[in-house]
Amino acid sequence: MAFLRAFGSHLPSRCVTNEELAPLVGADAAWILDVCGIEERRYAADEDTVASLGLAATQDCLQKVGVAPADLGMILVASGSSDRFCPGPASQLAAALGLTSTPALDIPVASCGSLIGLALAAQLAPKLGLVLVVGAEIMSRRIDRTPEGKDTAILFGDGAGACLVDAHSGFARIADSILCTDGAASEILKIENNRLAMEGLSVILQASRKIPRAIKDLLSRNSLTLADPGVYLLHQANRNLIERVAGALKVPAERFFVNIARYGNTSSASLLIAANEWRQANSDPPTAPIVFSAFGTGLNWGALLALPVREAAA
Amino acid sequence: MKGSTINPGPDESLFESGLLDSFALTDFVSGLEDEFGISVPDSDLSARKFDTIRKVAAYVTAKVS
Repeated sequence: MAFLRAFGSHLPSRCVTNEELAPLVGADAAWILDVCGIEERRYAADEDTVASLGLAATQDCLQKVGVAPADLGMILVASGSSDRFCPGPASQLAAALGLTSTPALDIPVASCGSLIGLALAAQLAPKLGLVLVVGAEIMSRRIDRTPEGKDTAILFGDGAGACLVDAHSGFARIADSILCTDGAASEILKIENNRLAMEGLSVILQASRKIPRAIKDLLSRNSLTLADPGVYLLHQANRNLIERVAGALKVPAERFFVNIARYGNTSSASLLIAANEWRQANSDPPTAPIVFSAFGTGLNWGALLALPVREAAA
Repeated sequence: MKGSTINPGPDESLFESGLLDSFALTDFVSGLEDEFGISVPDSDLSARKFDTIRKVAAYVTAKVS
């Protein structure tokens, strides 16, 4: 079995408001808020790397449960924005943790990468014990803060999240997951030549259908209804998209945790940052299922189900 | 575009004219499915297929027939 043991996150200190960004991209600050629900986002400092943000989130995560890096059986690092493609940030993060032989693998998938990491960790934990999943992104280096880059510049921010998956104990048991890939539509969302390119209309069209379908299928095959989960934790891509998903599922929007207003879309980091903030605000043992879902480059998307654990130590 | 009527020509972009944005497009495609009894597969979920009235008409005609 595999359990969610702890989350962690790290956000850079530099805060970029819509008022600061709007004149650079030739837009109005109120328009930015209206189209995506984002008020501000964080940007990494020049000296930051994807690995250094991931390290801070990892430390936040491990400290909460008193786990030492040496106890980890594997590290999975999701990122689509690392400065270096190969070797990617996973080996840098492992080295920064003082590890010299622990396997550390990259998941170079923006947005959906941390969901993929959680699903893989659930399969690997029974053999490896503790598996750390990290999502870390510096998307501010993959966008153009110009009128030509407006559609992506208004959305993205930097940050990192982490989750410790444990084979033996935790506050919720990972029960099932669905992962999907449709490469035929990969051109509508990609990071190529160090720049993010997005056909926003098509991305929203695809995500508006694929996310609800994955969630419905996941709950259905676990004999659960859409009303059963206590919280839906989604990749924070766009507030309007999250509300759209809630509407499609006929689930009250309040059931969906949303923090995009403060951080923007932090790609693969967003799911774990949201999960960490949700957990900090809800520290009691969960009494209802938890649903995670994400959608992003690839196209990759999916959903993951975690169930309450009443007897396991949190 | 509040307070005004948008009447795009058959080859005018429904997006650039302001008639559809990303979320209205999602509703629009669902509306086409309901209205014409067609199913739009994921492989056709591209804004380019629904960019103009002429493209929409051709798509729906092909699906219905």
